[in-house]
Amino acid sequence: MSETAKLTYGGAINAALARCLDQMPETLLFGEDVALPGGVFGVTRGLRKAYGERVFDTPISETAMLGAAVGAAMMGRRPIVEIMWADFMLVAFDQIVNQAANVRYVSEGRLSAPMTIRTQQGNAPGACAQHSQNLEALLLHVPGIRVAMPVQAQDAYDITLSAVANDDPVVVIENRTLYAGAKAEVQIGGPVAPIGGHRLRRAGDDVTVVTWGAIISSVEAAVDSTGVSADVIEAVWLNPFDTEAVLASVRRTGRLLVVHEANLTGGFGAEVVARVVESGVSLRSAPRRVGALDSRIPAAVQLAQAVLPQTSTVAAALVEITG
Amino acid sequence: MEPQMNQQLADLHQMWRIRILEETILQLRLAGDVVGSVHLENGQEAVAVGACRMLRRPDAVFSTYRGHGWALARGVPPEKILAELLYRQTGVNGGRGGSAHFSAPEYGFYGENSIVGAGAPIAVGAALAARFDGSGRVALTVFGDGAMNQGGVTEAMNLAAALDLPVVFVCENNKYSELTPINDMVRNPDLSARAHALGIPAVRLDGNDPAQVAAAVGLAITTAEHGRGPTFIEAFTRRITGHYIGDAQTYRPAGELEADEKDEPLARLRHLPGFDEAERRARAEIAAATERALAAPLTDPSTAREHLYV
Ligand SMILES: Cc1ncc(C[n+]2csc(CCOP(=O)(O)OP(=O)(O)O)c2C)c(N)n1
Ligand SMILES: [Mg+2]
Repeated sequence: MSETAKLTYGGAINAALARCLDQMPETLLFGEDVALPGGVFGVTRGLRKAYGERVFDTPISETAMLGAAVGAAMMGRRPIVEIMWADFMLVAFDQIVNQAANVRYVSEGRLSAPMTIRTQQGNAPGACAQHSQNLEALLLHVPGIRVAMPVQAQDAYDITLSAVANDDPVVVIENRTLYAGAKAEVQIGGPVAPIGGHRLRRAGDDVTVVTWGAIISSVEAAVDSTGVSADVIEAVWLNPFDTEAVLASVRRTGRLLVVHEANLTGGFGAEVVARVVESGVSLRSAPRRVGALDSRIPAAVQLAQAVLPQTSTVAAALVEITG
Repeated sequence: MEPQMNQQLADLHQMWRIRILEETILQLRLAGDVVGSVHLENGQEAVAVGACRMLRRPDAVFSTYRGHGWALARGVPPEKILAELLYRQTGVNGGRGGSAHFSAPEYGFYGENSIVGAGAPIAVGAALAARFDGSGRVALTVFGDGAMNQGGVTEAMNLAAALDLPVVFVCENNKYSELTPINDMVRNPDLSARAHALGIPAVRLDGNDPAQVAAAVGLAITTAEHGRGPTFIEAFTRRITGHYIGDAQTYRPAGELEADEKDEPLARLRHLPGFDEAERRARAEIAAATERALAAPLTDPSTAREHLYV
């Protein structure tokens, strides 16, 4: 039964996890500091109390955590693992790329790994280079792994449910700057959507802007301040990516701008541009990308601002491409 | 004065310098001059002080994010540490590293690390280099009790043992990894047993006593110098502050923090005649350093992309 609740982004994820634990007895929830402390960002607060030993704390052993998720998933459990920072997933990348991603394919579909990795990424003021990276492109290069990046509380709720219900490995990339933000009305208890799809955040005629992650607030601010008539497509799911929606929009606008916080080179923005160009759709101006300036991320706020995309950079790109 | 007394006073002064540096950083963080995540080592000063006083010039330290005190004990001037946290040009890395990831190799401080346990294999590499560069370097890496559960730490310990490399593994066992007690995370609370199992000599000692730490590190250096490879030191200590600033520490059982505060390394030395004088000197030094750090210009944003490649 669908009803609404006023929830923060973190609260929406908490509500979705509670529902998963409630309605799917095969779910497990584990990670560092997630059970008794309720998570370093408080996202899993109360779940241990409510769901008992299916929610537990682990040592700082990402390889064992993710490997255990793969193994438990192969045996029919539905693990949900929190990797506190996306940067830490790198110490256990083998379990994601060589292990989880291969389970279904190489077993000819006899096995599957229905597991969800919740993590969060991106820069926040003062974060060091090992706590600031945007790593979605590494995952998107790996067939077999689904990837989503919700930004609004409703999407965080819906996507968490869809991810956990999905029978393949899914990485849901959250953003710590959003967890404790303003509360929003969130529909809870509705049907679980299949994975995939996009959200149209602004509708316009002169340019298609494709974006994902928390940087969307800069994109929206740039569109609003420049008054450019733009379709803003938020790719809440990056795998599967809604290529058709982007093509349909670009066919109408004839222009494409992609914005992400991740580094430009090898970023998924390059893939979006390639798909649009390869489709043969006729463009009125060259497609553009805005992203981090291929850099390590400095701790100093004033330096980080110089390498990460800002509202002003996005606004300038919008004006340029439509001018 | 007896030499032992002199040493005790010197350690006391060093520990006061770290404590006041950390207190100053806390104030700067609360005032908003320092931003972002900051990890303080209040209560754990004796490990850094005891260890670093035994290290020689070529030796290399690899610490964790909780590393301001290790840098200071290694000889990095407080002004340069504070300026780093304040993102000034005069900071050790001009603000690129920040509180949790700075380095100052000119002082034998090869850097903090914000990936738990990641310094251990790198220290093994620094020791490996010593085998070929004639430096006589011993590499010391410090990490927490929680880091013992990171696979890379065990790999590093075994590699150092297999190759007889001059590494000192220092585990600061403060009983917690972030908000989770170590007892819930291991079955065998004796972490040094893992070193023993790998054939590495190991000691467990009172990490709130700089003399005990110094003695063990001294022995470890001698062992390394004789080509007998790594040593593991499990130093029991307690942080008397949150894991990060703003940590409400609700995970601590009642009375624990109060007991830890009575037993922290500075509280233990309150009876020493030079106690107040050591504090006063440290306060004056750090206050002056803070003033200079704050007065320095912020690093120019136009330099943000320098140093990515040669
Ligand atoms: C690979 C990795 N996983 C998780 C973290 C998050 N994290 C930072 S500090 C910490 C606890 C470390 O505990 P311990 O090793 O005991 O050191 P202490 O902080 O107590 O000094 C955790 C889990 C991290 N930085 N790196
Ligand atoms: Mg610890």
